[in-house]
Amino acid sequence: MRWLVSDMSKNKQTAGHKGAYSSQRKKEGEVRNCIRYRCGLTNTIQDVLIQRPGWVEVKEEGDWDFNWCDVGWLRENFDHSYMEEHVRICHFRNHYELTRKNLMVKNLKRYRKNVEREAGRLEAAKCDFFPRTFELPSEYHIFVEEFKRSPGSTWIMKPVARSQGKGIFLFRKLKDIIDWRKDGTRSEEQRDEAQVESYVAQRYIENPYLIAGRKFDLRVYVLVTSYIPLKAWLYRDGFARFSNTRFSLNSIDDQYVHLTNVAVQKTAPDYDPEKGCKWQMQQLRCYLTAKHGFETVQTLFKEIDNIFIRSLLSVQKTIINDKHCFELYGYDILLDQDLKPWLIEVNASPSLTASSQEDYELKYRLLEDTLHIVDMEGRLTGKEKRVGGFDLMWNDGPVYTDVGLEAMGCSCLVANTHLGCVNDRQKQLQQLLKPFPGQKRA
Amino acid sequence: MMDESTELSVSITQIVQRLKGTHLHSQLEKQAKECMHKPEIKLETLKDDVRRLLKESGWERKLQNAVYRELHILPPPGHPRAPPEHAKEPLEYMRKAQVSWEKRILKSLNSMCSELGIPLARKRPVSEQKELTNKWNEMGTDEPDLSKFRPVYAPKDFLEVLIGLRNLNNDRCEDLTVRSNWGLIQVSLNVRDIPQMRETYPELGLTYGQLGIDDHTHVPPDLFESEHIVIGKKVVNEQDSAAAQQYSRQGCPTGLRAQLWTLILNTTDDPEVITHYEQLKARVIHHGLLVDNLIYKDVKLTASNDDYYFVFEDYLYQVLLCFSRDTAVLEHFNYNSATPPKSCVQSKSGSEQCAVVYPPNGVIPFHGFSMYVAPLCFLYNEPSKLYSVFREMYIRYFFRLHSISSHPSGIVSLCLQFERLLQTHLPQLFYHLREIGAQPLRIAFKWIVRAFSGYLSTDQLLLLWDRILGYGSLEIVAVLAAAVFAFRAENLMEVTSLASAEAVLADLSTLKVMPLLQIFLFATSV
Repeated sequence: MRWLVSDMSKNKQTAGHKGAYSSQRKKEGEVRNCIRYRCGLTNTIQDVLIQRPGWVEVKEEGDWDFNWCDVGWLRENFDHSYMEEHVRICHFRNHYELTRKNLMVKNLKRYRKNVEREAGRLEAAKCDFFPRTFELPSEYHIFVEEFKRSPGSTWIMKPVARSQGKGIFLFRKLKDIIDWRKDGTRSEEQRDEAQVESYVAQRYIENPYLIAGRKFDLRVYVLVTSYIPLKAWLYRDGFARFSNTRFSLNSIDDQYVHLTNVAVQKTAPDYDPEKGCKWQMQQLRCYLTAKHGFETVQTLFKEIDNIFIRSLLSVQKTIINDKHCFELYGYDILLDQDLKPWLIEVNASPSLTASSQEDYELKYRLLEDTLHIVDMEGRLTGKEKRVGGFDLMWNDGPVYTDVGLEAMGCSCLVANTHLGCVNDRQKQLQQLLKPFPGQKRA
Repeated sequence: MMDESTELSVSITQIVQRLKGTHLHSQLEKQAKECMHKPEIKLETLKDDVRRLLKESGWERKLQNAVYRELHILPPPGHPRAPPEHAKEPLEYMRKAQVSWEKRILKSLNSMCSELGIPLARKRPVSEQKELTNKWNEMGTDEPDLSKFRPVYAPKDFLEVLIGLRNLNNDRCEDLTVRSNWGLIQVSLNVRDIPQMRETYPELGLTYGQLGIDDHTHVPPDLFESEHIVIGKKVVNEQDSAAAQQYSRQGCPTGLRAQLWTLILNTTDDPEVITHYEQLKARVIHHGLLVDNLIYKDVKLTASNDDYYFVFEDYLYQVLLCFSRDTAVLEHFNYNSATPPKSCVQSKSGSEQCAVVYPPNGVIPFHGFSMYVAPLCFLYNEPSKLYSVFREMYIRYFFRLHSISSHPSGIVSLCLQFERLLQTHLPQLFYHLREIGAQPLRIAFKWIVRAFSGYLSTDQLLLLWDRILGYGSLEIVAVLAAAVFAFRAENLMEVTSLASAEAVLADLSTLKVMPLLQIFLFATSV
């Protein structure tokens, strides 16, 4: 399905055009005529790559400078590929340390222990943004202890490696999952086989923040260009995904109520594709500010930043850092009634397929700005705190805005993140970037 | 004509009359009695002492706010011997047009009723009452069969009526001259031009800070925004209705808007307000009305399809179903040129037919009506609060958008003002559009009738409504409509058909309202 593309750059260099264009990486001094890319996906990213001036797609066997691959390709080919200095690829080798639910939980728990040991309880409490989670079948016994400690509570079972809401179910009674007990005796190797699926059991958040009786979660985009040192960018746009039906704890079998994933909502009986069940992040932020006031919402978004930073720090030493790699994560965040944000999961391949024209434009901008930051064309100095809709959130330490005034009664150090704020990226990009060769400044 | 002091004493008497017997009145009496027990009270200076204490405890402010509210809805002063309908609408041809329009709507409603064989009102069986009570918070999940219902009228039907308005006293030549109206409205009313509006709306001027302009990202907050927020907090603390209205002219900060609007509208959290809402809810549960189906259909067709308001579907039913049954709304017909429609209903014994106001609140919803409520859901989520705010906004402002009158905030004046502004300041554009059969009002009418709800993005809409409340007038809506045309004039000059003109103006969601208004009012050469 082709969406209308408005306002996007149309000047394109054809493949092989030599002209006046020479792309220089200032650091390495290499000169290339154009940037050769491979793209394993057939959605918005393809449009962005095709329309980028000076970028040319290469076929199967050719050399490439840039690869937007899927995780399957990565798994099979990364270890056998030799990449020159300038080459970039859109995943880290072992991203699953962050994105597979069981590994993420393990890393977070270990990180929390370290923080408690080094900085005490209060600091460690800042890591309590994920619900109690246990890996099954390996942690079955500790899970049962916790389960019995909170009678009547609801838990959610999620397969470790699947996405789009597949295989998830809710339960309140142990007998619903009694089968796991039998598998708990299997050996490590047997469990690692593809057929045996690992699950996590997680405490279900029974008091989600509701808007007009509906549950929603947030999708936020974080771009990591390096783990050591950690450099992470936060995108201003994002969205809230609403469940199509009103929230109630009475029907835990109705997965349509509880799962806000768009892929699941699409199969719900009263799903109306014309309706669209997403709000832009700006809309949500505006709504919350109108309801709760500026300071409360400011605090909430600071706590959300905290989730991103700490989750990345928790895998900083585990992820194999590689200067060729960058990764665009899709974070799923849930708010509860006390306006506490919870981390639900992190996606290494957030969906780039658009569900509407508005959604397409958001994803297009997101990917375009991602490519600006990856900067194959060597136009950035490396000192930027903002590129288009991305704000530099962490650069081996917290990043603060340049505007250190006493705005709104806050203290002088203001974090450099603007999730849900105005995204005037066009103007900012015009001022920041030199135009592509052959392109006039608009 | 009455002289000013007589007018004033008449108004005072009216207001005192209205406030007598209200909850505020009894509270004030109670407070005054409690003051008597205070040691500072001396018998010799009883009156002054009590007054002083009431002032210090904030009760005088509450009374002030209540009086201020009454002033907003006071019917215009008229000659003591004039019949009441002249007070509602002085011009005879307007009155006649409104009466005939009302007859048409009512006929349409009654014929729908007899065609479908559905009674105008019916008592719900107990099982249905129970079901509705259980489902009260999620009426949107109902999927009743609404295919046979059609809206009683749509804005474009109403536009045709307005186009047909004629003042028989004014003999006009039908030729197109520089002095005639090029637009669709062919009556003359006194509407303001830009120099006059610059006097009326100085706070929108280039030297004043505005929310919607001066809170933009590149403007340091010290210049205006921070100070404005501090003042806003003070206004809310003081609980001063008049101050809030003045403040709102420069825009309300998102975090304070809900409180400021309730202050301006003087809607309180008094128990009587909540009780009243609960009573209305009970009426909804007990009786079903034919108009309920019209409300369902309207919500499903408009708000539910909107990218941002779809979430609030349930709230809209909770407000609009109650609204239809609220007889307190009938009061506004004292100053509305319209008259509540009456339908014949079988009496209980079945022997007689008596005329009753139908629907009970006298307001027949039309296609798009629910959009008056939808933006308010952003600010209020307790049903009784949301309801009071909507009702107050309706009886102060929105009703004027669909009744025929000569009032400066009435739809006829707004349409005429829009056309005059365009004709005076963008004559080439107006002429061009007219020539290609794209009369500007045909495109702008739907924006004006809804006060732009559903056409602008929500944050921009709320900034616009800040100013409607701040200035107590809908005039700004007409100005914005003209400003939008001015903004897209270049593209509009190139179109060659009504359809392409509509396309240029189809999407207003990216517009920034305040810069457009400011430029149009203060940077247009006159």
